[in-house]
Amino acid sequence: MALDRWIALIILVISIVYGYAAYFTMDQLLPPFMQRNPVWPSTFPKILSVLAIVTSLIILLGLEKPAADAKEPDIDYRRLGDYNIGQAALLVAMMVVYALTLRPLGFFIATIGFLTLSAAILGERKFHILIPITTVAAFVIWYLVEQVLGIFLRPLPTFMIGG
Amino acid sequence: MLEGLLIGLQTALSLKMLGMVIGGCLIGTFIGMLPGLGPMSIIAIMIPVAITLGDPSAALILLAGVYYGAIFGGSTSSILLNAPGVAGTVATSFDGYPMARAGQAGKALTIAAIASFSGGTIGAVLLMIFAPALSSVALLFHSAEYFALMVVGLGAIAAFAGSGNVAKATLMTLLGLIMATVGEGALFNMPRFTMGLMDLQSGFSFITLAMAIFALPEAIFLVLNPMRSSQGDSGKIENLRINRDEARAIAPVIGRQSIQGFFIGVLPGAGATIASFLGYAVERNIASEKEQKEFGHGSIKGLAAPETANNAACTGSFVPLLTLGIPGSGTTAILLGALIALNVNPGPRLMTDEPQIFWSVIISMYIGNLVLLILNLPLIPYIAKILAIPRNYLIPFILFFTLMGSYIGQNNATELLILVGLGVFATVLRFANYPLAPLLIGFILGRMLEDNFSRSMQLYDGINFILERPMTLGLLILAAALIIVPSLRARRARRAKVIQGD
Repeated sequence: MALDRWIALIILVISIVYGYAAYFTMDQLLPPFMQRNPVWPSTFPKILSVLAIVTSLIILLGLEKPAADAKEPDIDYRRLGDYNIGQAALLVAMMVVYALTLRPLGFFIATIGFLTLSAAILGERKFHILIPITTVAAFVIWYLVEQVLGIFLRPLPTFMIGG
Repeated sequence: MLEGLLIGLQTALSLKMLGMVIGGCLIGTFIGMLPGLGPMSIIAIMIPVAITLGDPSAALILLAGVYYGAIFGGSTSSILLNAPGVAGTVATSFDGYPMARAGQAGKALTIAAIASFSGGTIGAVLLMIFAPALSSVALLFHSAEYFALMVVGLGAIAAFAGSGNVAKATLMTLLGLIMATVGEGALFNMPRFTMGLMDLQSGFSFITLAMAIFALPEAIFLVLNPMRSSQGDSGKIENLRINRDEARAIAPVIGRQSIQGFFIGVLPGAGATIASFLGYAVERNIASEKEQKEFGHGSIKGLAAPETANNAACTGSFVPLLTLGIPGSGTTAILLGALIALNVNPGPRLMTDEPQIFWSVIISMYIGNLVLLILNLPLIPYIAKILAIPRNYLIPFILFFTLMGSYIGQNNATELLILVGLGVFATVLRFANYPLAPLLIGFILGRMLEDNFSRSMQLYDGINFILERPMTLGLLILAAALIIVPSLRARRARRAKVIQGD
């Protein structure tokens, strides 16, 4: 089964769960006075879930054939092995790590670490150039966000500011 | 109109606003030149900055400047590297790259700049004429018509997705609408579909979604396929001048394509990409026999046509945004999201309630185009050096900016996890050739669609409003036709082919 139909299957499951929530779980919570309204919070989701289920079934069952002159997708997933899938996965992992460490480690350590390690994953080895650049960039961005835009970014690790 | 222009001039000609236009254009050109980064990613990255400015006119002017700059930068990388950063400039590379290969890179860039300038400027004049007229009609609309009009807009987006893709585009629109129902709505004081998570109480953040859909997949694609950012030899750029004969040859092309591109841009879902391809095709068909042969091998007409058309279309796409509050493209959807975040509701009342926003945007279009022409053109040989930034540095920074953008919008680390999750999902969707712009448009229109729907339901005490208001009914039928007719036609065409023994 082609990837687009797998995705249609996933979206089908999502819309069934969504539709179930809209049809069977939401209306009990509604206070009696609101039930006199012609439109309930669940009305619109009910319509959407039906439409989404129908559309994903159309794709899943292949009712709409792709055009003969369909253009090539940006990237061919059948040749995924030829691409740098490992690097991409590592970078995604780095972003998750960054999300988890941004608060505990503070902006500077997390950012410098993220930029340096990501560049290293991509194959950069000139650390004597890389680390100064990422350090300066982290400080410049922190200054812009904190001072110019006025948004607080905790700069230092939690233990250094006692809380 | 004259009065409006004066208000616009007054707002847009302040030092701050001029700074916004110039800064926006420069940033846009700068980033737009990087192969693989389209205007949508750039605008998504710039949104947090624009929102923190606090002033809606300034924010919109900045973002619009970034938009033009990005399109301009995109054509530069198409011409120099044959690596269009934007789908809208693919047609530019057909003739621009051969010209650059033949040592005429400077001339190609000049023609591109002049064509973009004229397309954008003529587009702005047309916008100034048509937007007030359209918005005075739109003032007569009730919420029922608004609901129907948004359905038409969403239907058109799905229908213009191209044959074989209607179902996919529709599904993406629906998914966007579904995502918009998460969180607390305006009309009902109850959280919906939050799965008990506090972080979803206020729904998905639009900035996070825009980053996850456009910027992240682009960056991941750059990692996956190094060829995407292949750094060709940009060579020396010199001799920016064009001679009088060439100017005479491209002038009619520019005139025709500005008007055609503008009207294509007004249509929801069509936008710059279709305008540029159509412009290229039309000009090739009406060119003389001898000139036709040149197309694809460095024809100046073939370069001027798509460049004019895509800039005029960009301007045209502002018409539905500013007059109806309905975005026709992914980029204008992002702009609409930014405006809503700034407490401005684009729509027919924008011109009467906050004329300074409307008119300053129009004035800023003229200024922006002028900036691109006189500031960027001489700078291009230097800006082009950015194409030499090694990707080992580029990619981590792009990823970092998407993370930062979504973090400073919400100040919430969970948001980053949502961003990464949605980003990976969006990347997989792109592998399978699902269009992503409908998802964002659906998401942004979702809440307005539901509000207008609920309001008409309450006013008419039921679904009757569809039957009682002929215009609503007509619009809804139009929307259904927009989705159904193309797929039926494709089906019939296929059947005909089978019978012919294909």
